[in-house]
Formats: sequence, structure tokens, C-alpha cells
Amino acid sequence: MKDKHDRQKMPEQKPSERIKNFKEVPFGYTEELALNEASRCLECKKPMCVKGCPVNVPIPDFIKLVKQGKFAEAARKIKEANSLPAICGRVCPQEDQCEKLCVIGKMSKPVAIGALERFVSDYEREKRNVAIPKVSEKTGKKVAVVGSGPAGLTVAGELAKKGHEVTIFEALHKPGGVLVYGIPEFRLPKKIVESEIDYVKQLGVKIVTNAVIGKSATVAELLEGEFNAVFIGSGAGAPKFMNIPGENCVGVFSANEYLTRSNLMKAYMFPEYDTPIPRGGIVAVVGGGNVAMDSARTALRLGAEKVIVLYRRSREEMPARIDEIHHAEEEGIEFHFLVNPIKFICDEHGKVKEIECIKMKLGEPDDSGRKRPVKIDNSEFSVKIDTVVIAIGNDPNPLIQKTTPGLEVNKWGNIISGKESGKTSIEGVYAGGDIVTGSATVIEAMGAGKIAAGAIHKFLMGEK
Amino acid sequence: MHRIISKKKIAEDIFKIVLEAPVVAAKRKAGQFVVLRPEETSERIPLTIFDSDAGKGTITIIVQVVGKTTRKIASLGEGENLLDVAGPLGNPTHVERKGNIAVVGGGVGTAVAYPVAKAFKEEGNNVMGIIGARTKDLIILEDEMSAITSELFITTDDGSYGRKGFVTDALKDIIEKNPVAEVLAVGPVPMMKAVCDLTKQYNVKTMVSLNPIMVDGTGMCGACRVTVAGKTRFTCVDGPEFNGHEVDFDELSKRLKGYSDMEKHYIGHKGCNLENKV
Ligand SMILES: Cc1cc2nc3c(=O)[nH]c(=O)nc-3n(C[C@H](O)[C@H](O)[C@H](O)COP(=O)(O)OP(=O)(O)OC[C@H]3O[C@@H](n4cnc5c(N)ncnc54)[C@H](O)[C@@H]3O)c2cc1C
Ligand SMILES: Cc1cc2nc3c(=O)[nH]c(=O)nc-3n(C[C@H](O)[C@H](O)[C@H](O)COP(=O)(O)OP(=O)(O)OC[C@H]3O[C@@H](n4cnc5c(N)ncnc54)[C@H](O)[C@@H]3O)c2cc1C
Ligand code: FES
Repeated sequence: MKDKHDRQKMPEQKPSERIKNFKEVPFGYTEELALNEASRCLECKKPMCVKGCPVNVPIPDFIKLVKQGKFAEAARKIKEANSLPAICGRVCPQEDQCEKLCVIGKMSKPVAIGALERFVSDYEREKRNVAIPKVSEKTGKKVAVVGSGPAGLTVAGELAKKGHEVTIFEALHKPGGVLVYGIPEFRLPKKIVESEIDYVKQLGVKIVTNAVIGKSATVAELLEGEFNAVFIGSGAGAPKFMNIPGENCVGVFSANEYLTRSNLMKAYMFPEYDTPIPRGGIVAVVGGGNVAMDSARTALRLGAEKVIVLYRRSREEMPARIDEIHHAEEEGIEFHFLVNPIKFICDEHGKVKEIECIKMKLGEPDDSGRKRPVKIDNSEFSVKIDTVVIAIGNDPNPLIQKTTPGLEVNKWGNIISGKESGKTSIEGVYAGGDIVTGSATVIEAMGAGKIAAGAIHKFLMGEK
Repeated sequence: MHRIISKKKIAEDIFKIVLEAPVVAAKRKAGQFVVLRPEETSERIPLTIFDSDAGKGTITIIVQVVGKTTRKIASLGEGENLLDVAGPLGNPTHVERKGNIAVVGGGVGTAVAYPVAKAFKEEGNNVMGIIGARTKDLIILEDEMSAITSELFITTDDGSYGRKGFVTDALKDIIEKNPVAEVLAVGPVPMMKAVCDLTKQYNVKTMVSLNPIMVDGTGMCGACRVTVAGKTRFTCVDGPEFNGHEVDFDELSKRLKGYSDMEKHYIGHKGCNLENKV
């Protein structure tokens, strides 16, 4: 079983150029590259790749259509299982999911499933050939969805297709959740998110922005009012801090604030847009996940002289996607492993100027199975910096839990909901996505949305 | 879209605006605020809900022009629209019957203090009021405040109106004459700090309404963090009111100036710092 070609590489912007702009880094496949790559797929009878996909995209079926040059049809095939393919094709950790299980991957590199997914959905959109599936007859049932991230959008789309009337309530002024406020333009262009949201709207879903549930209306009020069921997909939106001295100095940001300023509020276009963000200087990013990579690469594009990433474990334990680490390295971001900040030092104006760090070593594995970082005594040192971005994770935002009596949460404040149904402790209330699992992935949030949609549909139709 | 129903200039650079926001109007309680954006390229900024009319579906805000966004809002006329209004946000004031309450408003802070003072009055408390500003032209809401207070004291730094001096001078007199159960102070950071320094000496509980820089107003970004009793709190979801004796005002005032240079550079604008608000 020899490969006809090697895995086709996606052309991308050169590092020296892309660090000066916010345009998307990879250009995507050409038709030729897509055909070449698709021809690598063996169309396995028992496709392992599908098992690796949290929403079971019919991967060999869509790739077969690509081989036949039926690109728009291929996109529609994916949409039977996944309503946000242009997003998933860009941000899913395919290397840990579908591509990890690809048979060809055992001998050579796996089929570039993500790149193909991206290609066909871009093709469908750019050709303005997006098909809107038939929506079932109206059931007369109404569902409120809290949050317009991938979980909320998925639930809404699925339920609308089944004929229910769905309204999404979104706290911010733009729908999309992390897809619009967190993940930067150079990795996920906002016009793509917008068009995927348009698709959900065309299914009949209503989106109300600037609606903070728990404040503008509580979950109980939604249920007592016009809605027959509520889905909570409010995400893991409360930034974690390190609780070390100097953390509230000017110039110390949570990644959420830094990225929200840049992405949602378009601070990278200041002063054309009014929201400011510090530019230039030396920027330190604390953390090792996708959020840290996005912050670091954003800092660089905002004009930082130097960006350093401080991570308390070693490279192997970094949770960020391999592609993102690789892109960051190409762009000249410096990684400092096995170090942890212990104190931020600021000047007389309260502006941060230095970080005191301590060196770490890896000890015994902890609960997560990863080796635990342990401080090395007397190894303190300090680095001069101008801006710090803390990207060490998020806690669930407690706004809804606090205003919804009877809603059970675990000790971290995540909503407890059934894995098979998304059901919470309150009848008619369902939850899924990061608010249930803690920070996870787009596709997992979508998977949870899909499961909940199934259960909500049964509930509304009075099925067991 | 939120239509501006009426707009009135009530002092130099300070405007009272009534706008359509039915969802907020139906829900809001004293002490809460909205986050709004006048247009697509604007920042999201927090403003206190001064008053509301659930029947008409309107809210009233009082805006002081300090920078680009507030200037944009002030430039809009009746019939024009604000793009986004989210709220009501923040915790409502905890209002209960306590007896004598002293409410102190500094500059535009009076707009924040008024709805709270009114709620305390409606709960059956005896409210004594103090409003202070740098100069006569910046005194706002005198009539409104006098309607709900048993006594109203006015101070100006330059003596152009009321008593010459600071709000703390008037507050000291009140506390020495009356048993005050609680003080509520809203205004520029240095004023709130001075009030708290004073009331600490008399051991009078003092609540302050904080005004840090915010982005989302829902607890997601952490921009609004303040140190209270040695702990980091988020003003938008944990506040905006806190026990003033526990607030780190120095930190708050430094954080408020975090963007001054950037903003000034681009708006090339007459001194727009917080101190000018008194
Ligand atoms: C910077 C960053 C980069 C990431 N990169 C990747 C990646 O490359 N690949 C990947 O798979 N995953 C990535 N993730 C993770 C992924 O984005 C999340 O797992 C996913 O978005 C979770 O979806 P969700 O629908 O549960 O919540 P969210 O996307 O967080 O959406 C929740 C929405 O609910 C709204 N909301 C919250 N509270 C309320 C309320 N009270 N009322 C109304 N609305 C409310 C919020 O404003 C938000 O819009 C990244 C995350 C971040 C932050
Ligand atoms: C909960 C809350 C309630 C508020 N209520 C009112 C109100 O009822 N009426 C009112 O006029 N103002 C109120 N403010 C202050 C108002 O939000 C700011 O004046 C506004 O954000 C400034 O925006 P700008 O774009 O015009 O100025 P910018 O260009 O952003 O800033 C100009 C200068 O103003 C100062 N500034 C920036 N943000 C704030 C801030 N949040 N508070 C104080 N000074 C700031 C800074 O020194 C800055 O350099 C409130 C603030 C909070 C947090
Ligand atoms: S304003 Fe973002 S957390 Fe308070």
C-alpha cells in the first residue's frame, strides 16, 4: 500500500509577512491540491476516522464526492452531521481525532481530513451555493438557547430543522462565542463565522444580542414565559488568575480581555476602532494552550518587539495544537519551558515592568496523568517585560448558576448535565459545551449540542 | 437599536439622555448599570441607569464627556440611535431600613448616587445628601436630590456655590451631629478615598460604587478587577458597590489611568482624566 502522493501541504503566508498582518495564515487548498489529497483516501469499509470524530462526520463519503469533483455536494454531506464545517476544518484538533485513527497514518501521513473539510465548505460558500435544508413542519414549541458559541449554535440549528421555534440569547453584541471574541482573525476569519451564523439564521433561528441571561431575564422567567425548554451553552467564560502579587498591575491582562479587545472590539484597528490595546514592547504570555498561542501571536501582530511564552511544564505537555505551536515558532515566538511567574513588579504608575519567575522540574504524574511541575528552590530570576497576558484557563462564569435556584453544579461551578441527554437537575433545562465540561474544544461543544438537541426534541414531543 | 427620546444638557459636558431600552427598563433596580456602544466602531462602556420607566420602555442615563465614546454619545441628537445597550448589569443595591443614611455624590457621581438615595428614601430611611464639585457649573441634580433628602449640602472646591470646601467637610458635620447608620459615596476615586478615610475614624459603614474600566460587563474579561479586602473582585459581577473601607483605591486609580496616554494621543483632547470630573 504505497501512497500515490505525499500528504498535500496547504500553502500559507510566509512568517516574515504574516506577523505584520491579521490575515489568515494558510490559504487553503486549490482544487488540484484537494483532488490530489482526496485520492489518498482508501474509503475504508469500516472507517476508523469517523470513530474519532465527536459528531461522526461521514468522512469517506464526503471525500469520495471530492474525488468526483462534486465539491458543493461534499460540503452538504458533511453538513448532515456538522453544521459548522468551515470552522471545524480550521480549528478542530484533527491530529487527535479523525486523522489520528486514519489507516494511512500508520504507514505514512494520514489523509488531511481537516484541510479537505475546509476546502469544500469554503468552495460551497464562495460559490454562493449554500443549500438550506428543508425545515420540518412547525411544531409550535419554543426553545430558548443561552449563548451563541458552538454549543448553542448547534442546538439551535438542529432544533430549528426539526420544526421548533428557537431563540438564542447572547450576552455580547455579536454572536459566535469564543469563535468571535477568542480565536483570532488570522486563524479563523470572522466573515466565515458570520456566514456560518447566517446559515443557522436561515434555518429560522432568531438571535437576540445584548441579552445577559440571569440579568435581563432568568432561566426560570424564560420557562415561565413563552419557552417550553431552555438550553444553557454559556461557555467557560471567567478568566483564571494566578493569585500572585502584582497581578492587578496595569498591563497585566487575562487572555480573555486581551483577545476580546483585539478580536471582538477590533483593537488591532485602533484608532479606526475606538478600543485601545497596548502595542509594542516585550510581551510575556503565561500558559501553554491554544489560548496562549493565540495571545502570543496576536501580540506579535500588534507590533511587539519580542514575545515570550512562559510555561511551567515542558514542550511535550503543552496542550496547544501542534500546528499552532509550530506556527508560533516559525513566527519567532520564544518559548521558556519549566518556569512559572511568582510575582509581577510594577513601576510608580502601577504599570508592570518585570516578572519574577522560578524554575520548575517535572515530578510525579498528577490527576491529569501529566507530570506535576515542582518548584526548584532558590532558582528565582526575573525578566523585563512591558505587557503580560495570563492564559492559564477559565472557570465557568457563575452568572446563570447564581440566578437559577435548583440548578446543580459541581465543586468547580460547572453545570451538571447527563452525558447522553444534556439534562440538568431542572426539568426542561439542558446544558452543554464548556459550561459543563470546562474548557474543551469547538467540536466537543457541538457534539454536546447535538446530543442535547435530540433529547430536547424528545422532551418537547412528549416521547420517552 | 435604541432611539434617543430626549436629551438635555444639565451642566458643562454633562447630558441627561432618555432612550428606548424596554428589556432593561422592565428589570432594572437601583445601583445597576448598562454597557453600551453608540456605533459599530465604538468601545463598550458602562453607564449607570439613572432612572427608568417600565411602562414607556425607557431608561435615563447621565453622561459626562471624558473621551471618545462619551463624546460620541453626547453628539447624538433626539431621534438618533445608540447601537447596543446590554443590561441591567451589576448587583442592585441592598436596600433596607437603617435609619439615617448619608449619600455623597461627587461630580457626575451624583448621577450614580441619586437612584440609590431614592431607593433608600422609598424604603423609609432618612436620607441626608451632599453633592460636591470643583465649581458651580458642575453641580448637577440639585433639585432631584433635594426632593428626596431631608437635608442637602452643597460644596464646591472654589466656593463658587454652596460651601467652599470638600464633601468631606460637610460629611464630618453630619456625622458629628447625627447617628449615621451608613454612608454611600460615589464620585472620583480620590473623593471616595477621602470619604472612606474620614468615616473610618468614626467607624461608620461606607459603601462606594466603583467605576473601573470595563469591557464585557458580564464577568468574562477581568478588566474591571479591583482589590477588596485583599482579594481580587470583578466589579461588574461582584459589585459595583463594595465596602469602601476594604477597597484598594490607589490600585483602582492607577488602573483607571492605564489607557490615558493612548486615548489622549489619538483624540488630542483637552485633559480628559478622572480628576477633572470633580
Ligand atoms: C483563544 C481560544 C482559542 C481556542 N482555540 C481552539 C481551537 O483551536 N480548537 C478548538 O477546538 N477549540 C479551541 N478553543 C476552545 C473552544 O473555543 C471552546 O471549547 C468552545 O468555544 C466552547 O463552546 P461553547 O459553545 O460551550 O461556549 P463559548 O464559545 O464560550 O460561547 C458561550 C457564549 O455564551 C455567552 N454567554 C455567557 N453567559 C451568558 C449569559 N448569561 N447570557 C447570555 N449569553 C451568555 C457568551 O458571551 C458566549 O458568546 C479555544 C478557546 C479559546 C478561548
Ligand atoms: C459601573 C459604572 C458606572 C458608570 N456610570 C457612569 C455614569 O452614570 N455617567 C458617566 O458619565 N460615567 C459613568 N461611568 C464612567 C464611564 O464609563 C466612563 O467615563 C467612560 O467609560 C469613558 O469612556 P470614553 O470612551 O468617553 O473615554 P475614554 O476615551 O475611554 O477615556 C478617557 C479617560 O476617561 C477615563 N476613564 C476611562 N474609563 C473610565 C471609567 N470607567 N470611569 C471613569 N473614568 C474613566 C480615563 O482616565 C481615560 O483616560 C461609569 C463607570 C462604571 C464602571
Ligand atoms: S468587565 Fe469584563 S469582567 Fe467585568
